[in-house]
Amino acid sequence: MAALGLYNYWIVIFLMMAGFYVVIAQGNLVKKIVGINVLQTSVFLLYISMGKVQGGTAPIVVAGATSYSNPLPHVLILTAIVVGIATTALGLALAIRIKEAYGTVEEDEIHAQDESL
Amino acid sequence: MLLTLLAIAAVAVVRLRDLFAVVMLAGIYSLITAAIFVVLDAADVAFTEAAVGAGIATVLMLATLALTGRWEAKPRHRPLLPLIVVTITGAALIWGTTDMPHFADPAAPIHQHVAPRYIEEGPKEVGVPNMVTAILASYRGYDTLGEVIVIFTAGVGVLSLLGLRRRRSSAADASPSTPPTTSEEPPR
Repeated sequence: MAALGLYNYWIVIFLMMAGFYVVIAQGNLVKKIVGINVLQTSVFLLYISMGKVQGGTAPIVVAGATSYSNPLPHVLILTAIVVGIATTALGLALAIRIKEAYGTVEEDEIHAQDESL
Repeated sequence: MLLTLLAIAAVAVVRLRDLFAVVMLAGIYSLITAAIFVVLDAADVAFTEAAVGAGIATVLMLATLALTGRWEAKPRHRPLLPLIVVTITGAALIWGTTDMPHFADPAAPIHQHVAPRYIEEGPKEVGVPNMVTAILASYRGYDTLGEVIVIFTAGVGVLSLLGLRRRRSSAADASPSTPPTTSEEPPR
């Protein structure tokens, strides 16, 4: 178990890098937003992983529970999820607006159109 | 293990060029995350992630896809530089985790400060058995207020990006005597 003690965090980093890669390497704006979402969710997972306590239960008072998982990361991530959907909606609205102005959501084609002006 | 499944979903999201499949996989990814949250004792977060991440986000993205098209263009250049950047960043982060306390370690610094106070005093002071709710609405109430402001700002932003256009195009199409149609509920 000691060797796998950091397994959660490694998966989180892998997911983070997958999202990061989509954001910097791929040209489609909608896919970039999906990439940001993947990155975001990996951060949620990082926080919730840190909040877990061995042998603890969910932080709701019940008779007989001896220890609870840390409720503070849960609260922070609840806020982050809702803020995340707000930014996603705004990003998608921008993508729709760009599609209307340029007729495409591919970054390369947008750059080409800008340069030809 | 669920985490491995999550990694597979992420790889598929990176590799596929059919954006419909990508959005659906992103929804599955969110749902798996919600399942992991349940396993990690975060029931409230799991609810929210399943409803917001897997539900609303997927609907919003599908609605966007209907307007922007389903297929992604073929990449024009080799993604060598981004790959290098990502690998270096990932390696640095993994190196950073070697200093972290192990998963579910009760002696980790995060469990020593602030949180014990909430766990011990919270139910008594607020009177709600669910500590997450108690902290969210009471101790960190201003955070939640700020969150509402963020959502409001995003809603205004979406409205001004999409609502204005709709009014302008409908004003151009319709005869001058008809009043502009009121914009419908913004996608939130």
